[in-house]
Amino acid sequence: MTSSSSTASADGTGGGARVELRGVSVRYPGGALAAVNGVDLVIEAGEFAVLLGPSGCGKSTLVRTINRLVEPTAGTVLIDGANVRARDPVELRRGIGYVIQAVGLFPHYTVAENVAVVPNLLGWDRARTDARVDDLLKLIRLDPAQYRARKPRQLSGGEAQRVGVARALAAQPRVLLMDEPFAAVDAIVRASLQEEIARVHRELRTTVVFVTHDVDEALRLADRIVVMNAGRVVQTGSPRDVLEHPAGDFVRHLVGVDPETRRLVLERPLVER
Amino acid sequence: MTYLATHAARVGELLGQHVVLVLVSLAIALAIALPLGVAAARSERFGGAILALAGVLYTVPSLALLALLVAVLGLGQPTAVVALVIYAQMILLRGVVAGLRGVDAALVDAARGLGFTARQTLLRVEFPAALPVVLGGVRVATVSLVALATVAAWINAGGLGVLLFEGISTDNPEKIFAGALAAAALAIAADLLLRGAERAVRT
Repeated sequence: MTSSSSTASADGTGGGARVELRGVSVRYPGGALAAVNGVDLVIEAGEFAVLLGPSGCGKSTLVRTINRLVEPTAGTVLIDGANVRARDPVELRRGIGYVIQAVGLFPHYTVAENVAVVPNLLGWDRARTDARVDDLLKLIRLDPAQYRARKPRQLSGGEAQRVGVARALAAQPRVLLMDEPFAAVDAIVRASLQEEIARVHRELRTTVVFVTHDVDEALRLADRIVVMNAGRVVQTGSPRDVLEHPAGDFVRHLVGVDPETRRLVLERPLVER
Repeated sequence: MTYLATHAARVGELLGQHVVLVLVSLAIALAIALPLGVAAARSERFGGAILALAGVLYTVPSLALLALLVAVLGLGQPTAVVALVIYAQMILLRGVVAGLRGVDAALVDAARGLGFTARQTLLRVEFPAALPVVLGGVRVATVSLVALATVAAWINAGGLGVLLFEGISTDNPEKIFAGALAAAALAIAADLLLRGAERAVRT
């Protein structure tokens, strides 16, 4: 989908990285309870992992330990076996895609400038960055000729979040963190964004760590669902596992009393399993 | 209008002094308010203390402040500049702090998450987003300084205030009118110019 000259990544590798969390805990100062409590989790290279749980369960905090926006009070985070603690946080983050619910496009930059943010931080030359921006806009199905020069305020919510995804993917990260990325858009736009991200993941095979409280979204997108409650992982498994063999009452209640309807979601998965 | 017509060169010269007085004071005041405002926006406690201090200084009557400063620094332009810088602080600091605190937290989160350093986040994301509010403060401060700078003539610092004080002491309403008109025109011009700048930087 892209020309080889513009997509050759710095480390020469494509696909995704393996993310491993070992005994990760996060306790905020003054907080009575740990936001994240002793989480052990391995996300395989290229896997689409969805952290699913109610708000306040620690899933956002957990995902933010991967790019060191939050520092664990205990435990370690490893990317391809290397402790992230040993890396400069700024340099680490430039190699990890980050998409948030509020999108956070820079309002004074054009769409093209927003997408080019990380390549510019990394000092790519102009031609390479321009080509990359065009490739990414095509990847997320926004016509570069039409969208390059637009300002964020001239985009719909769905378009803005597509640009947010393009911006996160710009420097070919091997890990993509997505924190409730589609929670603020309406159901129809959300469904199309889910299809887009599933397709992008199929094409790039980047490791995706995706946070949501939406069970249907998790069932549609995940290779593996990680169910969290009160700072702990309560179940890890394929969407089918979680649906058919919920580990305890919490997961049973979360996936709902109507597993038949949920199963319909599984029968038309977006991701090839 | 006769004074203005017959002494256009003198009014022009005093207007020039007035503009220089305001611009120099504004530049110094901004050089202080920007870093101080950044620190104040970052820390709730420091921000509260510094804004309270600036607020207290702002309430000191301008003539009293000038009298105090003359006792320490003597007569002349530098003393007037110090007084104007102190007055501008309150307005400028408020603008910088409000502008930076009003920046959408998602922008800062996105910038950090994408790998901006703290400095890059401030210069490339927070300042541009805060700019319309900061410029609003600059506009209000400028207009206030144009008015306040007339008092500077009282301590031999020149400017359009010279016409007002001379007019009062020689009972010459034409002179007072000329000075007031020129000062008002300057304030209005500054206001319009900076309003235009504010509109231009709004996204």
